[in-house]
Amino acid sequence: MRSVFPFSAIVGQDDMKRALLIAAVDPGIGGVMVFGDRGTGKSTAVRALAALLPQMRAVKGCAYHCDPEADAGACTEDCPSRTGKGVAKTELRPTPVVDLPLGATEDRVVGALDLEQALTRGQKRFEPGLLAKAHRGFLYIDEVNLLEDHLVDLLLDVAASGENVVEREGLSVRHPARFVLVGSGNPEEGELRPQLLDRFGLSVDVKTPTVLADRVAVVRQRDAFDRDPDGFAASWAKKDAQVRDRIVKACAARGAIALPDEVVERAAELCMKIGSDGLRGELTLIRAARAFAALEGAKAVNSTHLRAIAVPALQHRLRRNPLDDVGSASRIERALAEILDA
Amino acid sequence: MIESPRYDAWADAAAAAALLAIDPQGLGGAVLHAQPGPMRDDWLAALKAMLPETAPVRRAPAHIDDDRLLGGLDLAATLAAARPVMAAGLLRECDGGALVLAMAERCSAATGGRLAAALDAGAVDGQATRFIVIALDESVEPDERPPDVLVERLAFKLDFAGLRPRAASLASRAEISRAIALLAQIGVTDDRTLETICAACSAFGVGSARAALFTLRAARAAAALAGRVAITEEDLALAARLVLAPRALTAPAEPAQEENPPQPDTSPGRDSETQAESDAAADRMVDAVQSALPDQFLAQFLAARGERRGQSRTSGAGALAKSARRGRPLGARPGTLRSGERLDLVATLRAAAPWQALRRGTAPKAALVLVRRGDFRIRRFIQRRESTTIFVVDASGSTALQRLAEAKGAVQNLLADAYVSRARVALIAFRAATADLLLPPTRSVARAKRSLADLPGGGGTPLATAIDTASALAQSERAKGRTPLIVLLTDGRGNVGRDGEAGRIQAQQDAVAAARAVRAAGLAVVFIDTSPRSRQGAPDLAAEMGAAYAALPFVDAGAVVNVVRAHAPSRR
Repeated sequence: MRSVFPFSAIVGQDDMKRALLIAAVDPGIGGVMVFGDRGTGKSTAVRALAALLPQMRAVKGCAYHCDPEADAGACTEDCPSRTGKGVAKTELRPTPVVDLPLGATEDRVVGALDLEQALTRGQKRFEPGLLAKAHRGFLYIDEVNLLEDHLVDLLLDVAASGENVVEREGLSVRHPARFVLVGSGNPEEGELRPQLLDRFGLSVDVKTPTVLADRVAVVRQRDAFDRDPDGFAASWAKKDAQVRDRIVKACAARGAIALPDEVVERAAELCMKIGSDGLRGELTLIRAARAFAALEGAKAVNSTHLRAIAVPALQHRLRRNPLDDVGSASRIERALAEILDA
Repeated sequence: MIESPRYDAWADAAAAAALLAIDPQGLGGAVLHAQPGPMRDDWLAALKAMLPETAPVRRAPAHIDDDRLLGGLDLAATLAAARPVMAAGLLRECDGGALVLAMAERCSAATGGRLAAALDAGAVDGQATRFIVIALDESVEPDERPPDVLVERLAFKLDFAGLRPRAASLASRAEISRAIALLAQIGVTDDRTLETICAACSAFGVGSARAALFTLRAARAAAALAGRVAITEEDLALAARLVLAPRALTAPAEPAQEENPPQPDTSPGRDSETQAESDAAADRMVDAVQSALPDQFLAQFLAARGERRGQSRTSGAGALAKSARRGRPLGARPGTLRSGERLDLVATLRAAAPWQALRRGTAPKAALVLVRRGDFRIRRFIQRRESTTIFVVDASGSTALQRLAEAKGAVQNLLADAYVSRARVALIAFRAATADLLLPPTRSVARAKRSLADLPGGGGTPLATAIDTASALAQSERAKGRTPLIVLLTDGRGNVGRDGEAGRIQAQQDAVAAARAVRAAGLAVVFIDTSPRSRQGAPDLAAEMGAAYAALPFVDAGAVVNVVRAHAPSRR
């Protein structure tokens, strides 16, 4: 396999890296939206994350690499966990990170009739699509704001229900499809529908580094990687392994992390103050704070964690005037300062 | 001869071809902005002569479908063999060579995205595939350009407009292969050179890390071509002209760069002399880029953009372009073939496939695939008419400053409405003698607002010219399958004629003529009268145009939105 640029070698862009790690720790957070110019390392970070993610245990031979525990009995009829007798064999597989290309057809995304099987054997078989591939992993869409609307609707629906239901060409298939949606886009080239934006758990802005030294570092690292991908990846392997350890530990610890009432109150207060719509903001805020606390190795969520993730969890949920120049982020920071520093 | 005498663009273009041949993977390819002609052919021939003899060069039309590009089911072979036969795509055929994308400005963002993904991964369908892309950009209109996602990944943009072919020294294949061998030996580039490159990028507002990397690689390839292992300033200047000049978004700040914090000295060990050298080298790169920019470019650019704020953008100096969508496919449905309908072959086969075994039972010696009438699948398309709202704002002196502010307020409200309904917006402002397209049709409300805020006021009222400009834009939008709506904000008191001469009577006659032309073209117009007291002139002109008329003094901004919304074309 070709080496990919190591996650820990990415210069700066801490907000994006943190958001991706949080989503890796708690896939239920509901995806990450990354806004930013081209050439700021969005795709690099997502691909690097793919190489970094810990392996997962899956039912051997299942086209949907279903989880032997969580998906037990819920997978399709072809799954060895249902056809075989007794307990199905399992195997370790890399966590999938699937790229959804901009021009993907609905067939490719949801799956379609397997033409080869149908033509050669006259059998009606379902050929899983990208959604099946992304199950339990990440689905990355570069330039999500340019994606056809009907595909976006479909993706959101599946992402929310965790299940892909196919009813076409005489096929009737439903299979689990739980994935973290990672979208990236450049707001200058068309904005995302607000109702769509709200579905993403976290939203971060990435910017070109303004400090010359950082820019030089970006170019230097990338150039070193291009000259010797394997050697460069190997020299960062140790640091990447540390990040992987953090993710694994955090996944295990997440459930046991205490959530003091005081923190919940603060979170609610914050959401009321900035007037975010609905409860989704508060729920995401708490979940993300807990995942972040797990990543930090803390035993309980505290206000530092809340502060660290408030902007990515809430900035895209404010009822905003599209023409208002005052960024949502600064409004949240002001509210944070009032509540937490009081 | 428009050619800039300061540098030899043709020689640079020839050098670009050599650099691409030396480091094809690192540089990705080039955008060639030129009309078809000998210049372009010469350049392509030169490139071909520099690539290895066996290197394939394939031409792809802009509307190539994914099956052909990436490979897919070969239907003819599939039917003959009665088993699916996959055909390799064009990209696989290009491995080790070049893909020439014809009429790249008509290429869809989706196709651009496919090419970009293949370039990024260096693979198609998991098989290593290396190629360069030469995007032939024949655009004339400012809002046409190849997909940004692709342009971003191609190192060079060459513009042949106004160039004349002349002999340029071309590198031979032997020289190229020597340079390739040398390139492998070039060591890690020193920090000073990297700093120079990054400083030059900052100076032109080029934020993308890719651009900096392209500059570095181009400079390195140039050094190898010259038979050196060290990058010199000459190499940097060439790389900057080829990579940074087309990407430049801002004019470099004048020497005293006070608003930019001085670069923090991260390595205290470095003496200030080296720092100064690096700065000087960056300055020389900046000079090189400036010499490569067309005369007037920066002046025009800054005038059009107004003051730029915040971070740099990489969307390019041109307008955004997405090829007009003439309806998206809406899957296939069963049906019979009538004229004008398109058979969806793959869907038809899919429908027929499950029944093959059964049908073969009744007709054992029949054709390989038994397709019945009921299997036919017809392609359906849905045509979503996108709408474009064209704001035409009177910024002349007769619209007093305060009225201009109110007009801006009304436009802002309309923009918010456009944001919700995902319509495109364009902005034309007219004052003094001209009507300028400040914002070509875009979906970015943020950009629209910025160009509105920068709108200056004062001068005469070239009403007729403004109406003509708006009408031309509206018709061009209509030709692209969008539904235009002109929103004209003026007091209707034109005093500059079509010829740019002041004179109220001529101006009014011209305005009426322009208005009639709009009506004849059948364009939808909303006329918003901004004069403090409505007079007869404006409503008359609105009537000549067949426009819906609303006077701003009597309606608040919210009501203006309602007027426009009522006249906006339905969106489905």
